[in-house]
Amino acid sequence: MSNVIEVRNLSKQYRIGGMKARNETFREFLVKTLKRPLRAFSNRENSRGDQSFWALRDINFDISEGEVVGIIGRNGAGKSTLLKIISRITDPTDGYIRVRGRLASLLEVGTGFHPELTGRENIFLNGAILGMTRAEILSKFDEIVAFSEIERFLDTPVKRYSSGMYIRLAFSVAAHLNPEILVVDEVLAVGDMAFQKKCLGKMNDVSRSGRTILFVSHNISAIEHLCKRGIVLTQGQLAFSGTAKEAVHYYMHTAMGDGDTGTSGNSVDLSQAPGRWAQRRPLLRQLEFCLEDGKSLKAGVRIGAPLTIRVHFVLPVPTSSFDIGLGFDNLLGQRVFTAHTAFEPIRGHDQVTGPQVIECEIPSLTLVPGEYVLRVWMDIGQAEVDKIDNAARFEVIPSDYYGTGKSPWNGVFVLKHRWSMVGPKDNSSFAASEAIPAIEPPVS
Amino acid sequence: MATTELVIKPRKGWQPIDFREAFQYRELLAFLVWRDIKIRYRQTLLGGLWSVLQPLLGTLIFVLVFNRWAGVHSDGPPYSLFAFAGLAPWTFFSNSVSNSSNSLIASQQLVSRVYFPRIFIPLGTVGAFLLDLALSLGVLGGMMIYYRWPLSAKVLLLPIFVIGTLMAASGIGFAFSALNVLFRDIKYVVPFLIQMGLFVTPVIYPVRYIPSRWQALFGLNPMAGMVLGFRYCLLGSPVYWPLVLTSLLVCLICFVVGLMLFRRIERLFADVI
Repeated sequence: MSNVIEVRNLSKQYRIGGMKARNETFREFLVKTLKRPLRAFSNRENSRGDQSFWALRDINFDISEGEVVGIIGRNGAGKSTLLKIISRITDPTDGYIRVRGRLASLLEVGTGFHPELTGRENIFLNGAILGMTRAEILSKFDEIVAFSEIERFLDTPVKRYSSGMYIRLAFSVAAHLNPEILVVDEVLAVGDMAFQKKCLGKMNDVSRSGRTILFVSHNISAIEHLCKRGIVLTQGQLAFSGTAKEAVHYYMHTAMGDGDTGTSGNSVDLSQAPGRWAQRRPLLRQLEFCLEDGKSLKAGVRIGAPLTIRVHFVLPVPTSSFDIGLGFDNLLGQRVFTAHTAFEPIRGHDQVTGPQVIECEIPSLTLVPGEYVLRVWMDIGQAEVDKIDNAARFEVIPSDYYGTGKSPWNGVFVLKHRWSMVGPKDNSSFAASEAIPAIEPPVS
Repeated sequence: MATTELVIKPRKGWQPIDFREAFQYRELLAFLVWRDIKIRYRQTLLGGLWSVLQPLLGTLIFVLVFNRWAGVHSDGPPYSLFAFAGLAPWTFFSNSVSNSSNSLIASQQLVSRVYFPRIFIPLGTVGAFLLDLALSLGVLGGMMIYYRWPLSAKVLLLPIFVIGTLMAASGIGFAFSALNVLFRDIKYVVPFLIQMGLFVTPVIYPVRYIPSRWQALFGLNPMAGMVLGFRYCLLGSPVYWPLVLTSLLVCLICFVVGLMLFRRIERLFADVI
């Protein structure tokens, strides 16, 4: 099969001082321009101490016709930058991409929607912006309207739409794009559950139609489900390329996990945690896990076993108003449980400052077997001051939770419950219509 | 369908204009013009009437202030015809320049989220004002009938001046919209320049008020020649060819330089906007 996309030595550099450059006024520009001849004599590059970083560094890969490729990576790994370059929104700093065929990209739904225009008008405008011709839009108009379920409001300005209607319409236009190569960024994370499901279904149809698709999502299960191939980006570099399953596995275990965080025994050092959100202060310092009988976290936590998590952190100012949150996500990226001090205020203590330890005791961890990822965050007053994704990972291992010799495996969590027979139902109260039909053998 | 091959690589320096691509996207330009026209007067009581009311009200003020009180006289036709024939292209020009200068930053979302020839953003804005120009020319026709002012065959030359005005407006719009992405100062400079422009363009007064040795120099203002041209074609007013030809040349230069500047800065838009 021929390659429809070839990426070679692709690099993109951003200047961190770009924020400064943006606000550069005309006066500064003039001064700089006038000084330019002089600058040739002075030491180059150092004038402002401009810092730069590589959002992408030396990326190489090929995509052949009809492949559906998922791009996975943490926030800031360079996924969006890569899509922006492929979509020709921004230029690479170095390297090149060769694209064969008509490419359409969808970095956002509803790009170019105008609030003053009606739904009908926006379908045409948005379609044209996404690269459809008028004839194409006309031929698909009814389909788009039907998919969006907003027939009645077609002639209402979209500024009067609910956000759900707006997103449905926007996605419907996008879903009817018909390019040879489609680039999609995170657009499935919109709308209500029912519509999301519909969108995933549509994506599935598209991916089966032999189109080449590049797909970025945080929804790991969507990637696994829709894509055949996966590419993992880590800090602007291509870390892994293989089947979607392998890529997800790699991402879960390497890019996110243990390799990076300093797990030693039952404590995790957070001072250099790679999952820390940008612009957060490193106030969260350490996580400590206390299991029953002093067991090691590496061995896993049995279903229903007690688990105590100690969070070590630093309060930079004396305060009595701070909160700590712990989020448990499963490997599909679903939040299964949140423990937050706001649910059980530890108020009434005096103002404290400096290093502190807080303890969250879970008497019985009733999650189904599998791997879990912990997010931890901290608020002072109402402001979030620190937040770390993938602060730690642990496994819940099967156990005879119900005491029946069988370990539960299905669903998201386990819950004590009881079954018992009430006894035979009184026959006289059966209406004729409720009579149990005889099971007929299937016609072969 | 022939497979198109595209190589995305760093661009540096001056860029050629991709006419083929512009042609491929021509429908989008039409849609952008249509959008601008549609939304311009949405939720206004008078709607599209505003496009002719603006130069009409301007004319009324000029007649009262400059003609009646200050004693400015036209170069032949009734002053209101004279003023309106100058205001029609001037209003088109000033609206086009001020709106297209802000068009890119107003379309931030588009610029950073989807690809299409960026030049269509300011060009579409200018294009939408062509409708207003056509409507005002219609009103001028009505006024000429009212004043029984004859239309001569000179009107056949009008397209030259419409194109000249269009080139000046879009060229300046290209340059300002692109520079506006880098330096928001432009936003504050443009209204001032337009205000000044009205005084150095013979809209309110006839060009004979300018000493003859300065008249050719006046042609460096692209709109000076265009306003004269409009009056020449529509009202048969006297024309000063050296001035008009200089202006036409300046219009062309504005267009080419604006386009080149735009293409040069274009690659930075998404990163800087």
